[in-house]
Amino acid sequence: MVSRVTDDYVRMATAGCQAICEPAFWAGFDRSSVHGFYDYFCQLTEHEPKRAAKFGLPHFCWLCINPKESEDLKLADDVLAIIPKFLNRPNVLGIGEIGLNKNSRNEMKVLEKHVDLAAKHDQLILVHTPHLEDKLKGTRLIVDLIKSDKRIKPERVIIDHVEEHTVKLVLDTGMWAGMTLYPESKCSPARAIDMVEVYGDQRIWMNSACDWGVSDPLAVPKTALEMQRRGHSAAAIDKLIYQNPLKFLSQCPKFKIQRPWQPT
Amino acid sequence: MTRQQILDLYFIDARHKLIDLAAFMDRVERAEGNEDFRMKAFREALEELSKNNREKARQVLLTFSDPTTKPIAKASVKGATGAWPEKTG
Ligand SMILES: [Zn+2]
Repeated sequence: MVSRVTDDYVRMATAGCQAICEPAFWAGFDRSSVHGFYDYFCQLTEHEPKRAAKFGLPHFCWLCINPKESEDLKLADDVLAIIPKFLNRPNVLGIGEIGLNKNSRNEMKVLEKHVDLAAKHDQLILVHTPHLEDKLKGTRLIVDLIKSDKRIKPERVIIDHVEEHTVKLVLDTGMWAGMTLYPESKCSPARAIDMVEVYGDQRIWMNSACDWGVSDPLAVPKTALEMQRRGHSAAAIDKLIYQNPLKFLSQCPKFKIQRPWQPT
Repeated sequence: MTRQQILDLYFIDARHKLIDLAAFMDRVERAEGNEDFRMKAFREALEELSKNNREKARQVLLTFSDPTTKPIAKASVKGATGAWPEKTG
């Protein structure tokens, strides 16, 4: 995880995390050229897997130019052109996290190009939805755009950062809904469990925000504890935090993990 | 879980958050100057809490959301403010 210290890998391995899936995202500043992205994709596909492997953690990633840098169409085209060179690397799961940030026309154009790239290369898709006041509109625009591309199977798409006003919208399309857990400002463990209790546990996946902002790599195991406090069974917790992501990710033939304590 | 068990588990935390909200509003009202669109949306969202519906979190989120459907011409900033600036009425 490019934005985290090595201690976070140790903590995640200690908490029972079985694999890391790291999306390509914003660096906290705009990269100045396609070369910055080339190096970033090398970091995600070469260096980070080695750093995680030291603690027994398989590392996977998603590639794209993120929506925060999609206003510059020339840069976006340059980055889109180099992504295919990396798609065959062993830890690449698909295209992501693509999506929208401020719901602009250029962001939409770049999103459409990424969806086309995923369709042409038969890749899974991970989508970022905008935060706060922009989420509802952005989620609607994104699901409409993806639904209109008939080459894309909805069960091969995960729409991330759903909240109470967007979760049903996403699940109704047949796509997966991701709930990113944050210690403050966005979706909390308690609210994520509320949504599971209301909308069911099919095609729902929880993930820990591990970015440059205030975030907590152990948000998923903490949510598991919260589920336990609410009386959810061990099997229900396992389905949500392990079996569901395994089901979605296993659609990519490169995604293989083995729980260390299970007999082979 | 029963309603009683939910209360046992979450009441103190919710009470703490409610007092924090009240203190935030006192702080805003003590300060000089005018409120902006965010506080307007905030007060509207608060009204949702007293209504008799079971989707209060969803309604609060909708109160803060941009309801329009067309992409904007250009993204001139990257961040979000938490409320839709053009909300009127
Ligand atoms: Zn995201």
